[in-house]
Amino acid sequence: MAKKAAIKRKVKEIQPKKEQEIAAEESDSENEDLLQPIKDPGEDTTDDEGIDQEYQSDSSEELEFESDDEGNYLGKKNKEEQSGDDSESVEEDSESSEDEKPASVKDDGPSSSNKTITKTLQAIAESVRDPSKPEYEDSDTSDEEDIRNTVGNIPMHWYDEYKHIGYDWDAKKIVKPPKGDQIDDFLRKIEDPNFWRTVKDPQTGQEVLLTDEDIALIKRINSARIPNPEHNEYEPWIDWFTSEVEKMPIKNVPDHKRSFLPSVSEKKKVSRMVHALKMGWMKTSEEVEREKQAKRGPKFYMLWETDTSREHMRRIHDPVSAPKRDLPGHAESYNPPPEYLFDAKETKEWLKLKDEPHKRKLHFMPQKFKSLREVPAYSRYLRERFLRCLDLYLCPRAKRVKLNIDAEYLIPKLPSPRDLQPFPTVESMVYRGHTDLVRSVSVEPKGEYMVSGSDDKTVKIWEISTGRCIRTIDTEDVVRCVAWCPNSKLSIIAVATGSRLLLINPKVGDKLIIKKTDDLLAESPNLDVIDNERIKTAVQWANADTQEQEKGVRVVITHFKPIRQVTWHGRGDYLATVMPEGANRSALIHQLSKRRSQIPFSKSKGLVQCVLFHPVKPCFFVATQHNIRIYDLVKQELIKKLLTNSKWISGMSIHPKGDNLLVSTYDKKMLWFDLDLSTKPYQTMRLHRNAVRSVAFHLRYPLFASGSDDQAVIVSHGMVYNDLLQNPLIVPLKKLQTHEKRDEFGVLDVNWHPVQPWVFSTGADCTIRLYT
Amino acid sequence: MRRPKKYESGEATQYISRRAALRKLQLSLNDFRRLCILKGVYPREPKHRRRAQKGSSEIKVLYHSKDIRFLLHEPIVWTLRDYKIFAKKTGRDRAIKDFRNLKRRLALFPEIKLDHIVKERYPTFIDALKDLDDCLTLMFLFSTFPSLHLIPREQSNLCRRLTIEFLHYIIASKSLRKVFISIKGYYFQAEIKGQKVNWIVPHYYPFKPQSRQEVDFKVMSIFVEFFTIMLGFTNFRLFHGLNMAYPPQFPSNMLQDSEDTFKDESSFVSDRIAALNFELLRTDKVQEDEEDIDIDIDMDLLEQDGDSKRIIKMKQEAQETARLRTLFKGLKFYINREVPREPLVIIIRSFGGKVSWDSSVFAGATFDENDETITHQIVDRPSVSTQYISRDYIQPQWLFDCVNQRQLLPTNKYFMGESLPPHLSPFVDAKRDTYIPPEEKALHDPSLIETHAQSDDESEDEAAAEEDDVDQEALDAQLQLAYQQETAEYKKYGDADGVNEDEEDTDEYLEEEQSEEGSEEEEEEEEVDEKTKRLQAEKEKMSVQSGKVHKVNKRQLHKAEVDEHRLQARMVKPRHRDLFRKLIREKQSKEKEQWLLKKKRRNIEADAKEAKKQAKRDARKAAAAAAQAAAQLTK
Repeated sequence: MAKKAAIKRKVKEIQPKKEQEIAAEESDSENEDLLQPIKDPGEDTTDDEGIDQEYQSDSSEELEFESDDEGNYLGKKNKEEQSGDDSESVEEDSESSEDEKPASVKDDGPSSSNKTITKTLQAIAESVRDPSKPEYEDSDTSDEEDIRNTVGNIPMHWYDEYKHIGYDWDAKKIVKPPKGDQIDDFLRKIEDPNFWRTVKDPQTGQEVLLTDEDIALIKRINSARIPNPEHNEYEPWIDWFTSEVEKMPIKNVPDHKRSFLPSVSEKKKVSRMVHALKMGWMKTSEEVEREKQAKRGPKFYMLWETDTSREHMRRIHDPVSAPKRDLPGHAESYNPPPEYLFDAKETKEWLKLKDEPHKRKLHFMPQKFKSLREVPAYSRYLRERFLRCLDLYLCPRAKRVKLNIDAEYLIPKLPSPRDLQPFPTVESMVYRGHTDLVRSVSVEPKGEYMVSGSDDKTVKIWEISTGRCIRTIDTEDVVRCVAWCPNSKLSIIAVATGSRLLLINPKVGDKLIIKKTDDLLAESPNLDVIDNERIKTAVQWANADTQEQEKGVRVVITHFKPIRQVTWHGRGDYLATVMPEGANRSALIHQLSKRRSQIPFSKSKGLVQCVLFHPVKPCFFVATQHNIRIYDLVKQELIKKLLTNSKWISGMSIHPKGDNLLVSTYDKKMLWFDLDLSTKPYQTMRLHRNAVRSVAFHLRYPLFASGSDDQAVIVSHGMVYNDLLQNPLIVPLKKLQTHEKRDEFGVLDVNWHPVQPWVFSTGADCTIRLYT
Repeated sequence: MRRPKKYESGEATQYISRRAALRKLQLSLNDFRRLCILKGVYPREPKHRRRAQKGSSEIKVLYHSKDIRFLLHEPIVWTLRDYKIFAKKTGRDRAIKDFRNLKRRLALFPEIKLDHIVKERYPTFIDALKDLDDCLTLMFLFSTFPSLHLIPREQSNLCRRLTIEFLHYIIASKSLRKVFISIKGYYFQAEIKGQKVNWIVPHYYPFKPQSRQEVDFKVMSIFVEFFTIMLGFTNFRLFHGLNMAYPPQFPSNMLQDSEDTFKDESSFVSDRIAALNFELLRTDKVQEDEEDIDIDIDMDLLEQDGDSKRIIKMKQEAQETARLRTLFKGLKFYINREVPREPLVIIIRSFGGKVSWDSSVFAGATFDENDETITHQIVDRPSVSTQYISRDYIQPQWLFDCVNQRQLLPTNKYFMGESLPPHLSPFVDAKRDTYIPPEEKALHDPSLIETHAQSDDESEDEAAAEEDDVDQEALDAQLQLAYQQETAEYKKYGDADGVNEDEEDTDEYLEEEQSEEGSEEEEEEEEVDEKTKRLQAEKEKMSVQSGKVHKVNKRQLHKAEVDEHRLQARMVKPRHRDLFRKLIREKQSKEKEQWLLKKKRRNIEADAKEAKKQAKRDARKAAAAAAQAAAQLTK
């Protein structure tokens, strides 16, 4: 198809020339008239007829192309034109020409130049065959006439292997002309002067000799000029359709009357529209556009009349406004002080916490820029804004009171230790001599001497003021507890060693008292009461044998189980011992004057840890692992049970007035019980860092001390007021930490000097220390 | 009577899970999200989660059931449903290619109206101002956005318009208070009707394509949808409060929303800035002097009201702001083209300065570079080819520091090409108990700078003296110097020394307390202490001491003090113990941080000093070598 189009175009280009020639030859009078104005339009442009004629000739030219398909019709048309009845055909022609134009324009589409050249060559070759004979004289159209070969538009190399090149109209093979070899070609090239203008027709294989005109044409095409050399590109413009309004009609026919009369239907339509516009039902496109413009974007007005007035409106329930973002500190500056920049270690740490960014101390890496122009956009800015948006609509909100207090504020306001003197502040004496841990210490009621019992199976009696060991008494077993008789008129020490309780006369101090004590203990009183079997199997009283008498032991009370603790009643006649393994006979009360023992409890209430006599009332405190029971010894009944809420009680001590009890526990706590107040502790103190081994109240001063496995003795102020409404005041005063640590043990026992504010402590480091 | 069932009353009925809320409102999750953002409904944290969730202990998103009931009556819920219908119908039209109907429907797109929501969320104007921070920050970000899939051009354009209007208000009302260049952007703080409003303008150019997991622009766009309305109404009221016309009228060539400006990003930005450089039309002719008079009257009133601390503080603040308002009055700034103009224009114009830039590059310039009346030229490059002698060439940080300190600082530290002093944040509390860099301390107490300088000089002298001690003459000089120092010191601390030795106990005690509190004074004291120590050392070297005073072991004393405190701390009530421990831990970490910063600073300073000394020594050596060479030559 493309090929055809190209050929057509060629024809079109060539034709005007021919036409002119024809015109010249025929020299028809009318024709001359027609063509003249084209050649030099300056002659008579005003002539109306002339213009009409030219019109016609133009259209006739177009009509010739039409002939490609319609065959003879074209020739007739030409003749008609030539016969020259103009006026009627004008309109038709102009119409047809208008129809035709787009088609012809379409034909002029671009095609690749290489192909066109060969095709033009073909076309030219065909047209050249009989130049003198005009095409239109032929019965056949130019296209059909050319094609001798009927194979159509196929690549000719398909016939390369055959002897023929196609088929002619009679279905006979078109035999390829004999093809000479190269020598022939060469010879022809030498001999034939027209060799250079000989072209081979690819369709038929025939050789065609190009004429001079053809060569000129090819040259022009090759140099991209218009093929027709006579065509003037710059012809003066002829204004065919003049913009000037003519006074006279071009047509002869007058307009119809109805074209002057207004249309009724149109009028109706218009009036309807006008009415619609008036009523605002319809809008002009401008109005619509303007409205759209105005509608676009929000409208703002004075929403709030004043700054603070509030219109009553339904709001969301109990609104909680979102907290504001933190404002930046120095570290976020583009040019921070140098110390805010990360060093290598900090950088590493920051990068390491990539997966848990909340743990970083800063959510960004501080950077320093030399000048403002170097500061880039922050890479996480968008993300941060997005997260804030998420927080605003997704984060659950609640009103919380944020504590903004100083830690100091939580420490209760207590009087300064300075105002609560005297209390021991320094270590002033160390008593050395024991070779194993010292379990227990007890001070003489007058405060001159002191006794200690140790795991090295000895009891040592010391002079307090000098630190001299006066006497060492060997016993046969580990000394668990020593207790000096609180009665100053007796000089007796109770020593719990193994399962024996020894009553020792230390033979220090007033000679008279020593003598008196010896006399008292020498003879056993007559027992008129017969002990029952239960007591007999548990305890045997005996005087010490001579060997022991020399050491000072006067009475030996042998128990059936190892004794853990011994404690005196305030008057010095009764003493109580504790045997944890004794089951329901674990607590015993011995009466010295009658050399008699009692078992106060028939049932075991638990593992008894320690016992204690009330200083004033006939009450007896028994501490099991968890609880403390207070018994009335006269009425023989349980008065109270104190709930310690601790795991394991280690020791207890009672205030000299008898209303407050201090309990130490192995779970680091000390409990202060106000016996009048409640069965629950009035105060729980966690002063120590490790198990508390023992506590002791001072007899005179409002002081108490506690010793613990963390090697510390803590002296505290424990003031009890006579006014019942006033609560006891407890102030920790001083931590005395001079004992050394041995196998997890620190301080084992603490005891106060009866008169002075001095405290003794025994430790696992085989020493006894005095703090004053 | 029927026995009430579990979870029929109380906390379980107060809260409603998101799922239940969706079912109740008959909305999709997306619509619900949109509704929550627009209405400002947020999840609540119940007091007892388990009870609120009817026994289940997993963490659910809970809303207050009253809030959800409140949403039920919201008219925009119907609009959201209309959207759904709209999408369905237009989709159908498109599918069957019924374009006439489609066009008709598109024209009838259901618009959401948010005016009533603004009023409802912010019943008073002050409420709106309080909540302006997030709004402004997001709008400033959006105003720089290109046209995105989820963010239509109109939205970013509206953001741009509204933010510029807001900035105009800030300039006209002179309400800017603090400015700060952070690595994230420029922080501004303004005080509007007693409310502090902060916002961030990001460094140019903030937009980067983000993955959906990182940033969901749709959510942000919904926020902006509401914020534009809110800021619009706020602007309206603010402008009317200043008797200015709203919407503001800009010169015709400025701020045209033509297609060109949208296409060309740079012209878009430059227009935005240019608009800021013009006075706005006022509805009345108020002179600026009048405002000043107002302030004076206020001051008088304050003066009458006694001298309580608060009044004094207020007075000071008022004075400062008065000074700030006219900070740049009469100054003319020229901004070089490498400097980011927007923040600078806001700052300069809101404090009364005049500003311009290269008219050939950006629009909106008011005067040229060769104007002789320019007082400051802001440059951000190491050197400029043509310099005028009549003006200071300064770096942009000067403006920011001036504003934060409410005074015109000396420009010598900020000259072109100088290495700048650190830029400090104005938002930190001056009396906080964390680390305070020496630069900040110097701001509050200018005397500190001098002491620093002095001590530096002295130490340098000392160093020099040490080096020259081979020289006999130098030794003499040193002796003389030491004597002078000694006498000076005696004069200064003569009487103080006596007191010190007597009351060392109490002094130490005080010092301990101060160190624990981590107060500022301790720093000073330490400095003084160091100085005295050094002088003391010198004194000991030089002179013979007569007698020895009993010295209390400071360490022991300190230890005793600490022990006592610890014992007391053990008496904290059991119910406060955890809190106490937490507070102590926080305090310790804070102290550690402080110590770390201090140490770093000390190291940095020591290094700098060492480098300086080394340079000096090298110079001296070189000079000596040169002198030797010269001497040889003369021989």
